[in-house]
Amino acid sequence: MSRIAIILGCIALAVLPLLGASGYQLFQLTLVVTYAVAILGLNLVTGYNGQVSLGHGAFYAVGAYTTAILMDKFAVPYWATLPVAAVICAVFGFLIGLPALRLGGLYLALTTFALSVAVPQLLKYKLFDDYTGGVQGIVIDKPDAPFGLALNSDQWVYLFTLAVGIVCFVLIANLVKGRIGRAMIAIRDQPLAAEAMGIDIAMLKTYTFAVSAMITGIAGSLGAVAVQFVAPDAFGAPLSLTFFVGFVVGGGASIVGPIFGAIFVEFIPNIADQISKAAPGAVYGVLLIALMFVAPGGCASIVRKLSARMPWNRKTT
Amino acid sequence: MASDTKSGPALLEVKGLRAGYGETWALHGIDFRVDSGGVTALLGANGAGKTTTLRAISGMVKTDGEISFLGTSLRGMKTEKIAAAGVAHVPDGRGTFMELSVEENMKLGAYTRRGDMSGEFERMFAYFPKLKQRFRQQAGLLSGGEQQMLAIARALLLKPKLLLLDEPSFGLAPLIVREIFDIMREIKDKEGVGILVVEQNASLALDISERAYLLETGRIVMSGASAEIAKDEGLRRSYLGY
Amino acid sequence: MDGVLHQVFSGIASGGIYASIALALVMIFTATHHVNFAQGEMAMFSTYIALTLIQAGVPYWIAFFATVIFAMVVGVIVQKVLMEPLMNAPVLASVGVFIGLLFIFNSTAGWIFTYTLKPFPSPFGEGGPLFGGFFSRHELGSTAITLVVLLSVWAFFRFTRLGLAMRAAAYNPSSSRLSGVPVATMLALGWGLASGIGAIAGMMVAPIVFLDPNMMAGVLLYAFAGALLGGITNPLGAVVGGFIVGVIENLGGAYVVGTELKLSMALIIIVVVLTLKPAGLFGKVLSSRV
Repeated sequence: MSRIAIILGCIALAVLPLLGASGYQLFQLTLVVTYAVAILGLNLVTGYNGQVSLGHGAFYAVGAYTTAILMDKFAVPYWATLPVAAVICAVFGFLIGLPALRLGGLYLALTTFALSVAVPQLLKYKLFDDYTGGVQGIVIDKPDAPFGLALNSDQWVYLFTLAVGIVCFVLIANLVKGRIGRAMIAIRDQPLAAEAMGIDIAMLKTYTFAVSAMITGIAGSLGAVAVQFVAPDAFGAPLSLTFFVGFVVGGGASIVGPIFGAIFVEFIPNIADQISKAAPGAVYGVLLIALMFVAPGGCASIVRKLSARMPWNRKTT
Repeated sequence: MASDTKSGPALLEVKGLRAGYGETWALHGIDFRVDSGGVTALLGANGAGKTTTLRAISGMVKTDGEISFLGTSLRGMKTEKIAAAGVAHVPDGRGTFMELSVEENMKLGAYTRRGDMSGEFERMFAYFPKLKQRFRQQAGLLSGGEQQMLAIARALLLKPKLLLLDEPSFGLAPLIVREIFDIMREIKDKEGVGILVVEQNASLALDISERAYLLETGRIVMSGASAEIAKDEGLRRSYLGY
Repeated sequence: MDGVLHQVFSGIASGGIYASIALALVMIFTATHHVNFAQGEMAMFSTYIALTLIQAGVPYWIAFFATVIFAMVVGVIVQKVLMEPLMNAPVLASVGVFIGLLFIFNSTAGWIFTYTLKPFPSPFGEGGPLFGGFFSRHELGSTAITLVVLLSVWAFFRFTRLGLAMRAAAYNPSSSRLSGVPVATMLALGWGLASGIGAIAGMMVAPIVFLDPNMMAGVLLYAFAGALLGGITNPLGAVVGGFIVGVIENLGGAYVVGTELKLSMALIIIVVVLTLKPAGLFGKVLSSRV
């Protein structure tokens, strides 16, 4: 896509909601951006690098709690917690990445799933109560717009989240287009050949896990600020499952995919609820399956097909 | 070029066959026939389209044109139905069920038939005594030559009318190859099947067949009686490389 | 000591259930290289059908077999309608379908049958401890049924023509077709069989934990863990893995960490094992030729 189109798109995303959206709608959009970043992280390690993670909710949780604890206990301003959360999550991701090297496919899936199950338990653990706030969690304040800008809290949080989100997307987009990205994909598709070509598989895989965790962790921080609240039960297996659904819906190995995935997981449950109060899950499941049939490669594959048909992409022969 | 003038109802008749994978064709319209009780050889280098031809007959790839087996068209039929109709295909790589025993492999060969197969198994052991020795062993542990014998036995257990063999000599030591081709001669005489053998080893194939076709990048560039092709040194040098 | 033994036997009883589901998972994995995440929910739904029949006055064992047949039919339909069309599509599409099925079965069960816990009858009677106080009647009966099922499935695959064809279709679909085996039908039957096994597991676990739409979530997780522990390429290993997980879960929950953390603990143990033996206890690390 041309640079200009992307820049225009970002401006539109920044300005339009501010003009018309209500506080709640802005909140929903903020969450969409947050989830998009989270799913982007997951897509990096699972879509591009082929390491299945069913536990990315854990990194989201670490990011969220880091922000919450720093803001609540140490009066760190919200924006300053982001770099800290990023570093902590990167380290955490690296530590997970090391044993993950020995596991592949399903074994890794189970292990990461075990992680996602363990996280709420650990957060509720009595020993850490003083910091984590135990079962009740932590409440944090919503930030106001800086420099006296004429924006209310919801608007400012949305803009801030969008800005950070765009930075993350640009970072990852550049990463996967470059040498490292190609190496990641090579490892996913043909690990033996990749190794024979001199790629240090172990280093690359752990690096990928670290970056992936960092991105999803940043999303967690953003999420904590938006929701103003963290509690253990919000960060369990269902959250990891939600991210995974978003990943599948968006399509693997895609920068654009996570955006569609985030829209799906944020809005479809509400739609399903409206269609059927009695069995919203069933409606959700039907919609998900229908989407898989319509777009087996995820939404990203549809985008690719449409994009190939656009006049500016048509090859002249 | 010697012309191909055998008349009468063919076991397998192929006309204008195109076949391919995905968006591309690998065969661009070929004609050939196989007769009952006879052996037809399909020669060519790597990538000429020989394996694709066999796959086309077995319904494993997309096709266009005419494939007629004993008067019925095979096009559009599912692979397992084509097999049940009497077409036994020994694929490249032999297609052994590695995790299963020799016995189970042979039972699968006879899957389409009912009744007690012990008599049939004995007939196979007469051709391939090694299989009796290794009857209960895991097929994946057999040597290349033994796996080839097992693959042919599986095909014969189907009681086929048409036998398709994809590069039976591939990856085998010359002695074993000779053994296998000798057995194939026996099979040709005793079983009353028509055989279509695909081979890179042209001299072996010409030796065992009555008719041969040469494939080059998806087209037949030469055909004729095997004996005459084998005698014609000029033909052999320019087309077959020996 | 008595307490420990009781926990061990309880663990074997629940292990049998995990082993059954683990076997179902391995069967589908071997045939399709997919893990059916919706296996637990399908089993749960079948169990509700059984309850409905029983409450309508149908004798237990007739309801039992009717339910197994129902589950098999559902399995075949799911495979034919949802899985087969996506056979050549990217793997993620099938994963999406599994997740979707999970939601559908779970939500529909909650809608039709509500979320309140329901007692489920045991055909073995509500008897107290037998055998010196180690087994309850249901645990004994459940273990027996599970073993019968597992043995029957083993015998089916080992000794029957159809079983051989199904194994062949899973190991080598291409060669199977060339031998006349209708591979697509074999896959559908495999799904049917796996679903039937799942239904039996559901009916055996329901009397213990009470029936509710989320009943099988934990069971599925333990079964999956058991399958991986034993080696997902090895049906026997998966079965043994299921039993081991059952025992670990019970012992751990009773003596080490208590019921809340026992899930995490069991999973952590498995993770440790996998780090040491990546292909599971009995699995083979498949070396592929380049």
